[in-house]
Amino acid sequence: MIDILVHIVIALGLPPLLLGVIGKTKAAFAGRVGAPFLQPYYDLARLFRKGVVISETTSWIFRAGPAVTLAATLCAGLLIPLGRHTAPISFDGDLVLFAYLFALGRFFTTIAALDTGSSFEGMGAAREVSFACLAEPTLFFALITLTRLSGTLSLTPMLNHLDLSVWLGTGAALILMLAGLFVVLLAENSRIPFDDPNTHLELTMIHEVMVLDHSGPYFGCILYGAALKLFLLGALFVNVALPFTTGSSLADWLVFLAGMLALSVAVGVVESVMARLRLIRVPQLLVAALILTAFSLVLVVR
Amino acid sequence: MAAGGQAINCFVLFCLAVACQGASGLPLLFARSSAAAQRFSVLLMLTGSCAGSAAALWSLTSPAPVTFALISGLPFGPGSLGIDALSAWFLIPVFLVTGASALFALGYWPADRHPETAARVTFFLGLLAASLSALLLVRHLVLFLVVWEIMALAAWFALSTEDEKPEVRDAGILYLVTAHLGVLVLFAMVSLIASLTGSYLFPAPGSLPAQGGLASAIFLCALIGFGLKAGVMPLHVWLPSAHANAPSHISAVLSGVVLKVGIYGMVRIFSCFATPPPWWGGTVLILGAISGVIGVAFAIGQHDLKRLLAYHSIENIGIIMIGLGCALLGQSLASPVLATLGLAGALLHVLNHATFKALLFLGAGAVIQAAGTREIEVLGGVGRRLPRTGLFFLTGALAICGLPPLNGFVSELMIYLAGFTSLKSSPGLMGALPVLAVPVLALIGGLAVACFVKVYGVVFLGEPRSPEHVGTGDPPASMLGAQALLALVCVLIGVAPICVARPLENALAAYRGGFVQQALVPMVPFTWITLLAVLLLMLAAGAALWLRRRTGRAAATSRTWGCGYLKPTPRMQYSASSFGSLLVAWFGVVLRPEVHRTDPAGSFPGPAAYRSHLPETALERLFLPLLEYLYEKSAPVRHLQHGKLNLYIVYTFLTLVVLFILTTR
Repeated sequence: MIDILVHIVIALGLPPLLLGVIGKTKAAFAGRVGAPFLQPYYDLARLFRKGVVISETTSWIFRAGPAVTLAATLCAGLLIPLGRHTAPISFDGDLVLFAYLFALGRFFTTIAALDTGSSFEGMGAAREVSFACLAEPTLFFALITLTRLSGTLSLTPMLNHLDLSVWLGTGAALILMLAGLFVVLLAENSRIPFDDPNTHLELTMIHEVMVLDHSGPYFGCILYGAALKLFLLGALFVNVALPFTTGSSLADWLVFLAGMLALSVAVGVVESVMARLRLIRVPQLLVAALILTAFSLVLVVR
Repeated sequence: MAAGGQAINCFVLFCLAVACQGASGLPLLFARSSAAAQRFSVLLMLTGSCAGSAAALWSLTSPAPVTFALISGLPFGPGSLGIDALSAWFLIPVFLVTGASALFALGYWPADRHPETAARVTFFLGLLAASLSALLLVRHLVLFLVVWEIMALAAWFALSTEDEKPEVRDAGILYLVTAHLGVLVLFAMVSLIASLTGSYLFPAPGSLPAQGGLASAIFLCALIGFGLKAGVMPLHVWLPSAHANAPSHISAVLSGVVLKVGIYGMVRIFSCFATPPPWWGGTVLILGAISGVIGVAFAIGQHDLKRLLAYHSIENIGIIMIGLGCALLGQSLASPVLATLGLAGALLHVLNHATFKALLFLGAGAVIQAAGTREIEVLGGVGRRLPRTGLFFLTGALAICGLPPLNGFVSELMIYLAGFTSLKSSPGLMGALPVLAVPVLALIGGLAVACFVKVYGVVFLGEPRSPEHVGTGDPPASMLGAQALLALVCVLIGVAPICVARPLENALAAYRGGFVQQALVPMVPFTWITLLAVLLLMLAAGAALWLRRRTGRAAATSRTWGCGYLKPTPRMQYSASSFGSLLVAWFGVVLRPEVHRTDPAGSFPGPAAYRSHLPETALERLFLPLLEYLYEKSAPVRHLQHGKLNLYIVYTFLTLVVLFILTTR
């Protein structure tokens, strides 16, 4: 019971901190002091207090988009275990629902972008859905590999099954899979090298350009939903990457939190040392990730 | 005795339904432009649908398979009709979709505005519905072929309603040719079955041995003959143009139901074999994967609203075939869980696709009526003028993408589960094949989301792209009612899938007695789906309400941010072609898009132009050149065909004599 409460509190409260850590890491690389760790929280609080400006072109879809996307991401947050704990909701087949809830969110984010009639936002929406077509099979290949290793169809037992002995047995496959998952994590959350959240040119953006017209609390919802998505996919990654069970619930939570913070530092490092890829190279990297996870499946099945 | 009485009641209800549907075209034949006659014919169709659905639901909940010997004295033995849960399962979409389409036609094709064609389309819709219902009840192979042919012809007359247009005539002829090629293959299949069993009745489930050349020949004939009707790639060539050029409510019936009788035929014939060899399931699965991925890839490149939906039918037939392939492999590998989940997913997807695709075609019809075109590139902002149509279309779009909390998700989840399950215990290469279903379904899902974001975003959202096609307003109540009914079914199955679990189990049991070794309920998380669907809806509604309260009613409005450009026009909106261009380019090897461009050149460039078009590649690059080649090579033989009737009679006589000599030794 307490674990479920902790799960909900962490899943709701922690996501913006990851953005803060990423920002701080990038600042450190650039030799700046950078914004405080809690800056994303201040941003959200400010956005939620602000008024909104809405385009005359839009319909109810524009207002529903952020709400549905956030709701779908929150539901997905109930399905994935955080660290060595049980997710609040766990059943056979929840892994498919987990992936499809993100697809639902993507559907509504992109139609809300098209609702404005802006050609730039249409461009961002087209890129988002196209790249997702490659990212989704990669995620499913990883899930197949995990199913094969654990013999279950549910995220909680599947991820909790991974311990040191599994890693020692099939380490190569798991490393390939982690590489694929990391690429998906970066692509799905529109980080460098797929997308630059801080660019000034709408023509080159993906996620940020889709939400150009959202403002105030609507934009706050989008920002928070994006942070939550990063957190959830990050949790999937950390669950695979950290196969430790300490035995004590509290220590398990701490290990998980440390893993998440380390992951955000890693994302920050990637963002600092890499440039954004040319758009034409993006599918190549995604296909490479797809093949890596397919390799891991072959290694496990053989 | 009670069961027998119930079966007779069911049978009477079915006969009533078929009679009502068949007779529904008659009133308009006598009073060609009378609105009252049209209302009466719709009433007949709806009565038929109500009676038929009641009977189908009844036979699904308390299944007692019965057969009736009907007519004796036919050349091929006594005709026979039967009801079992499998037929009843396929009858539900027949009655649902034909009823909704008839209701839709009241506003879409009113007799006073189309006095020449209303009688024709109503009559053949009734005949099509009646033959579809009868087809599913027939248990005699030759009678099956007769009804099949009536259905094919009724569909042809209905789809070529506007035959003054050349493209409609072309589509009709293409349909007619492929339909008859399919029937030829089915003739072969029927005679092969008869030579194996010695009778023209449908063999009992599991009664035929699946080994040997004859069984393989029957399998291949069924796959090709029924696959031509279902639109399995690469046998789909008739499908896009036929669906695009038929009146929208006929497209709904074609895509929702006519394709499904192809699936019914396969399921029925496959159920007759005891243990199919693994290569059957493998073939079906791979054909399904090809249809699914390439079908949706073609859809992304279309800019004709109805053609696009037609390619999505191919995609969904692919998903159904993937489920069916899993089921066959499950039988071969003696894995009841795989077989049950695969077949349950396939059967549920038959019903789901019938509802959401009919809903989408009806929505497309409403858009076409209001805006006067089906060309996506000139539409835009239709959703603000047709808000309720927009909402129903969005429901259908979410459902076809397989997104929760709608019905497409439930059936796709079952097929996903089948794929994942096979992984837990997979002996050999064939055992690993169902796993292929998982990434393929994920790819199809991603592409379908891309395609429907494009359709919904470009057609219903934004600004109108041309002043002539702005759209007037929501259609009359009959058209909205038909869409609302189908949308309601989508939501109901999506949120409370438990209500289809029991009928589905009975249909599985009818496929093969004792096939369902475990109940569906513990295998598929029905309760969790409901719980999470409700949670999702509550969270979304809560978030939307909170945002509404937070921002207040008086939100400031402004123009869309033009990224510094001061005078953006609606024509600068992202178009459907640009939206799909990335994906079309990735699939360019298969799709072969045609691009015509005039680039701006020189210091003072003249007007530039860019046009892209996705042809029906399989037809234009494969079948037409092949037929052309055959036509040239067969020139000497064609002298036999000269149009002299007397000599044709001689040919017939000679053939009979030769056959007589060959068969009597």
